[in-house]
Amino acid sequence: MSILVVADIDGKELGPATLNAVTAASQLDGDIHVLTAGDGISAAAEAASKVAGGAKVLKADAGHLCHALAENLAPVVVALASDYSHILFPATTFGKNVAPRVAALLDTQQISDITKVVSASSFERPVYAGNALAVVESTDDKKVITVRATAFDKAAAEGGSASVEDVDAGSDTGLSSFEKAELSESERPELTAADIVISGGRGLGSGENFSLIEKVADKLGAAVGASRAAVDAGYVPNDYQVGQTGKIVAPNLYIAVGISGAIQHLAGMKDSKVIVAINKDEEAPIFQVADYGLVADLFDVLPELDQKL
Amino acid sequence: MKVLVPVKRCLDYNVKARIASDGKSMDLANVKMSMNPFDEIAVEEAVRLKEAGKVSEIVVVSIGPDKAQETLRTALAVGADRAILVQTDKPTDLGGVEPLAVAKALKALVEKENPDLVIMGKQSIDDDSNQTGQMLSALLGWSQGTFASKVELGDGNVSVTREIDGGLETLKLKLPAIITTDLRLNEPRYAALPNIMKAKKKPLDTLSADDLGVSFEPRLSVVSISEPPKREAGEKVADVDTLIDKLKNEAKVI
Ligand SMILES: Cc1cc2nc3c(=O)[nH]c(=O)nc-3n(C[C@H](O)[C@H](O)[C@H](O)COP(=O)(O)OP(=O)(O)OC[C@H]3O[C@@H](n4cnc5c(N)ncnc54)[C@H](O)[C@@H]3O)c2cc1C
Ligand SMILES: Nc1ncnc2c1ncn2[C@@H]1O[C@H](COP(=O)(O)O)[C@@H](O)[C@H]1O
Repeated sequence: MSILVVADIDGKELGPATLNAVTAASQLDGDIHVLTAGDGISAAAEAASKVAGGAKVLKADAGHLCHALAENLAPVVVALASDYSHILFPATTFGKNVAPRVAALLDTQQISDITKVVSASSFERPVYAGNALAVVESTDDKKVITVRATAFDKAAAEGGSASVEDVDAGSDTGLSSFEKAELSESERPELTAADIVISGGRGLGSGENFSLIEKVADKLGAAVGASRAAVDAGYVPNDYQVGQTGKIVAPNLYIAVGISGAIQHLAGMKDSKVIVAINKDEEAPIFQVADYGLVADLFDVLPELDQKL
Repeated sequence: MKVLVPVKRCLDYNVKARIASDGKSMDLANVKMSMNPFDEIAVEEAVRLKEAGKVSEIVVVSIGPDKAQETLRTALAVGADRAILVQTDKPTDLGGVEPLAVAKALKALVEKENPDLVIMGKQSIDDDSNQTGQMLSALLGWSQGTFASKVELGDGNVSVTREIDGGLETLKLKLPAIITTDLRLNEPRYAALPNIMKAKKKPLDTLSADDLGVSFEPRLSVVSISEPPKREAGEKVADVDTLIDKLKNEAKVI
């Protein structure tokens, strides 16, 4: 049987975490089909058809699929499900929102946030804020899975030549409707895709002080992240949060500034290649995972970094 | 309007999880257990809606062992009116009864209780599934507002602002609806001592899976549980110059 990857459509474009999900799918046995669903998403379907490893792209294009409303989208996936042994979603807020709805309608127990494909029916996933790695085996006929992007390389975005086929877009359930969005605009790289991430915590003390982080980020071409405490305090928007219940990142370099290193924060960044911690408290737990630790006041360090980089 | 709030008893968020010696389950003996933090936020939201005169009754429900009564009493002390324990002694390897089974039990309860709104956590901090609300919504054919940071009840609908990867998004949901909470929705209060005493007298019913016609038999079996690779603490550097030098010439990451 084939494997279905449900693409994360980011606005009208193919969301990058889709490529990691395709790689996870390629470790299973079967043709890979990618479903692109949305409103006016020909370009995304086109992009999906070029992804290396995909055999077919299914396109469900209709007004009521705009904004990926779960109530409208889940039935589209369910209607296709009989052809597939596995249905994979990226573990983005899109996938997390829609996948369980699909799983429940198919009466299958979803496997969330997998980090390894062990066999066609068993998968590794972190639990307890990443303090334990569980390998679970599914007894369900059909597997519905969300894929943690940092655990799988991205499939090549070019090189494939899958055909694009229109599929039934279902109808508007009328259960929910989109009102508005306030999306963060930034020239910097996307947090989960960046090579370098610099994050600030409560130690920054205010939203204005985050400009110290931003200056260094711009010198390094880095994305900016934050701890929960910094988001809760309103220093930065919610989509900056790195951690167990925020975004998972694994860049080449992660710089934690004024962050203590609670397990919930570590869960989101401890797979980074190199970790730097800047904290004035030498006992801060973040130093236990840092390759390089600098015990100092961030208000001295950040301007100096900005100047010397 | 009636609100149902499912609350789960989980390992306390301050406690570091330990793997049991069998390498197939978690060691949860003699460790502090608490209400899942996202469920505290859900209870708080329901209580605020009641205080605002928009909600008349709050029913809290937990699926778990007898000890989950403590979790329910905590919710009652914060302002819920009534509690239901769906009792199960099934030993659990990971984080309790699986989301699909919980969703099925909750569906049966919704059909008995007829709430207009279910507010629950977005994620259990033990199994980190992030599934149950969406599943319940699917089984009921209701609308869903996941990862909520703002909830505004209207007439026959509810506006939910959601924390998504790109920022915030607001949806209008037709009632009845399922809402799952994110961290910024509110700051839960602590129960005051007199309310803890009063909560002991509030009604708490106990049901079984059989009473609801559902099964808690797991669909996933745990093959193994292991510790993630340990990261060693590296070195402390003396100053910014050394740090830049190390990042350039040793780690070669900038
Ligand atoms: C259900 C739940 C989910 C959670 N999910 C997440 C999550 O996804 N992500 C997350 O990050 N957290 C999460 N948390 C919160 C987590 O437990 C911590 O509270 C949070 O990570 C702390 O943020 P912080 O390190 O910025 O703040 P603090 O712990 O207050 O640390 C601030 C640090 O800054 C240092 N500092 C202060 N001033 C200076 C200075 N001038 N120079 C240098 N250093 C300075 C201090 O020494 C201290 O170490 C969650 C918690 C719960 C209960
Ligand atoms: N055993 C349970 N009893 C009551 N509520 C639960 C239970 N398991 C999960 N839930 C609810 O479902 C939410 C999401 O859980 P999960 O899907 O396990 O991440 C939790 O925050 C609770 O509100």
